[in-house]
Amino acid sequence: MKLTLKIWRQGGKYKGEFVTYQLDNVNEHMSFLEMLDVLNEQLIHQKEEPIAFEHDCREGICGTCSLVINGRPHGPLKGTTTCQLHMRMFKDGETIVIEPFRAKAFPVIRDLVVDRSAFDRIIQAGGYISVNTGQAPEANSIPIEKEVASRAFDAAACIGCGACVAACPNASAMLFTAAKVSHLALLPQGQVERKRRVLRMVAQMDKEGFGRCSNVKACEAECPKEISVSNIARMNREYLFAAVASETIA
Amino acid sequence: MTSTDIKLDAKIPAGPLAEKWENYKGHVPLVSANNKRRIDVIIVGTGLAGASAAASLGELGYNVKVFTFHDSPRRAHSIAAQGGINAAKNYRNDGDSVYRLFYDTIKGGDYRAREANVHRLAEVSVNIIDQCVAQGVPFAREYGGLLDNRSFGGTLVSRTFYARGQTGQQLLIGAYQALSRQVALGTVKLYNRHEMLDVVIVDGKCRGIIARNLLTGELERHSAHAVVLCTGGYGNVFYLSTNAMLCNVTAAWRAHRRGAFFGNPCFTQIHPTCIPVSGDYQSKLTLMSESLRNDGRCWVPKDPADAKKHPNEIPEEARDYYLERRYPAFGNLVPRDIASRAAKAECDAGKGVGPTGLAVYLDFADAIKRYGRDTIAARYGNLFEMYEKITGDNPYEVPMRIYPAVHYTMGGLWVDYELMTTVPGLYAAGEANFSDHGANRLGASALMQGLADGYFVLPYTIGAYLSKEIRTGPIPTNLPEFERAEKEVADRIHRLMSIGGKESAESLHRRLGKIMWNKCGMARNAKGLQEAISEIRALREEFWKNLYVPGRADEFNPELEKAWRVADFLELGELMCIDALHRNESCGGHFREEYQTADGEALRDDENYKYVAAWEWRGEGEPPTLHKEPLIYEEVEIAQRSYK
Repeated sequence: MKLTLKIWRQGGKYKGEFVTYQLDNVNEHMSFLEMLDVLNEQLIHQKEEPIAFEHDCREGICGTCSLVINGRPHGPLKGTTTCQLHMRMFKDGETIVIEPFRAKAFPVIRDLVVDRSAFDRIIQAGGYISVNTGQAPEANSIPIEKEVASRAFDAAACIGCGACVAACPNASAMLFTAAKVSHLALLPQGQVERKRRVLRMVAQMDKEGFGRCSNVKACEAECPKEISVSNIARMNREYLFAAVASETIA
Repeated sequence: MTSTDIKLDAKIPAGPLAEKWENYKGHVPLVSANNKRRIDVIIVGTGLAGASAAASLGELGYNVKVFTFHDSPRRAHSIAAQGGINAAKNYRNDGDSVYRLFYDTIKGGDYRAREANVHRLAEVSVNIIDQCVAQGVPFAREYGGLLDNRSFGGTLVSRTFYARGQTGQQLLIGAYQALSRQVALGTVKLYNRHEMLDVVIVDGKCRGIIARNLLTGELERHSAHAVVLCTGGYGNVFYLSTNAMLCNVTAAWRAHRRGAFFGNPCFTQIHPTCIPVSGDYQSKLTLMSESLRNDGRCWVPKDPADAKKHPNEIPEEARDYYLERRYPAFGNLVPRDIASRAAKAECDAGKGVGPTGLAVYLDFADAIKRYGRDTIAARYGNLFEMYEKITGDNPYEVPMRIYPAVHYTMGGLWVDYELMTTVPGLYAAGEANFSDHGANRLGASALMQGLADGYFVLPYTIGAYLSKEIRTGPIPTNLPEFERAEKEVADRIHRLMSIGGKESAESLHRRLGKIMWNKCGMARNAKGLQEAISEIRALREEFWKNLYVPGRADEFNPELEKAWRVADFLELGELMCIDALHRNESCGGHFREEYQTADGEALRDDENYKYVAAWEWRGEGEPPTLHKEPLIYEEVEIAQRSYK
């Protein structure tokens, strides 16, 4: 296949602009990132600066890869990360526009690479259960209903890629934060810190400069792990309950 | 070149095997809470071993600095583990015990692992499950609310805990959350986008690291009273593997060059069921779970002339179900190393299928006929979907094409019972050490080992060393050793940047991978290994003459990162071949063609090779020195494995 690529370049000699590249001989069995590898190999041979993009496992689980492809985070295929997207999804002669995940809280580092460490700080604010190594009781002393464990898993399946933020017109991190709040609030182990957790995580989310949720639900549509917006509803309930019921928050 | 050295003291505690760890814990020197505050520990890597070690040591009160080259500690490759984690809980009442897990692991490793370490691993396995559940890891449950288990290869009991097909992800997120909590509490300082490029040795002790800030290119000195490398395996020396793209050997290799011995570098696990290579552009290989072999049948055409035909056009009588033919007792369920070698043998005989001829069929037609499509979809639906996404073929209608791929490295930095390398104060945990899996790792044991080391072993053993450091005080980073190490790193970066050749690091890496795969892969022989050694040397020379690294050193530059890592792989590759060449036997994942039984099975030589090969770096261009740690089996009776 032959492709025209319009790729966002920022850093080095580029101030922030789309640069157009032609790529011939693209094999339809290539993954999207392998197609970019081929382009980069060409650029290096021409002593041009290759395009910076992030990736690691290339199995759709580490959450490192990103990219907005033709306006959609992780591209056109539902429930699929960019690294699992293959070129047979595109047509010969097509023009593909590739941009970074854009959000105020995700500053661009270079080209298609953004800083998503705001997500780490949201988790640090309370996305855990406080149990030191060695303090744990016998595992089967905490029975959990299969259905509940399964719902907790659905929320915990989040890979922290940030597609929800990139998809949202408000650049909100509600789906990411709600997935962690839900995962831990659903489990008996998470009850003790339930109120404190949601208040702190939401406070941190706001502090990082993410936008508000206005129920567009683009986050769910674009999430490569298909995390449900019902988690956002649950977080709102948790937040309201905690805000009304709790006396203080450190 | 060979030396039976007193330097290699494994420090295995005395006493009966089952009591060693308890006795050790009862007598190991402790560091008071007061003094822990004055002690700095550096952890490199945030996978299962690194994140769990950093969190646990932070909880204990040490000053911890943790480094990851990723943007976030949650990205480490532990996250990709699918199947599960073993633990000797015996929740099934099916006869499991600590001893049985210990025994299965020793036997699975083809009698090349250290008894005392493996027994300790089996002992703490039960604590890991408790810890993870308390953290909120959503393991699979039964209707009664209790934990579910499944079976895995190489065992007769059901002891594998799992979280759908994403066990590694859930365990890593648990450890990452525990780590995040310590970061918030201030006991652990997190350095993301930082890559360790050297360790610093002062008066024979490891006293810190040189790290490169990957955003700015700045070199930083960090000092500590102990350094722990949790930097994973080196399977990417083969270029194509199931490892994540950024997995590399740099931290371990730099430590090796500073005096840490490298244990059993040639022990590599090759997983039989991966999606085959589709073209020269291929960047990595994807694992298809071992569980598929429960219902899938492996076959190739009997006649090589049929290899290019569409599989559905090849009639039943023209197919060779080679595993069922060769191993009637185990059939398609032989262990990983055997299934891998058998697939290779068929392809070598010209019967490989698909466009490259390097694949065999894994066929579900019989199973679909027997159980119906819905049952097969319930069992493997997500795997079939993933396969179709990658290949474009529908495995319900056309047999899958699979081929073996590099998956895990059993070798790694040599460590003693306390997980300390041969450099005092320098530790290695998780896949980065050679430790517990001998010559072949059992499924669902990598996650167990990473978390055992980080949560339950290192927090005890590191105190033995640190208890002697309480009077040391903070270690200044302006010592001449730090200056020298930083300068050497800066010089090497400068050298890489200024070669100004034509080839990208990526293309040179691919060429190294081909040499390694063809001559130090699934089957090895002396002639091939000797050729590989000279080919690698030539390639290394070419690398340093013809590499081109774009961009600058003082900025975000992924190509420079890659170039450094490939330079280290080019040195490691040679050592792997040297190790494979010296080990004149076949065991586990190490198959030397000269040493096989009449029917093509691995032939171990316990008389001469029942030892850990620990290699000492002697300088560039110098042959490494071999040190041997004899393996003494007090508990287990050694036997030949058979699956006929």
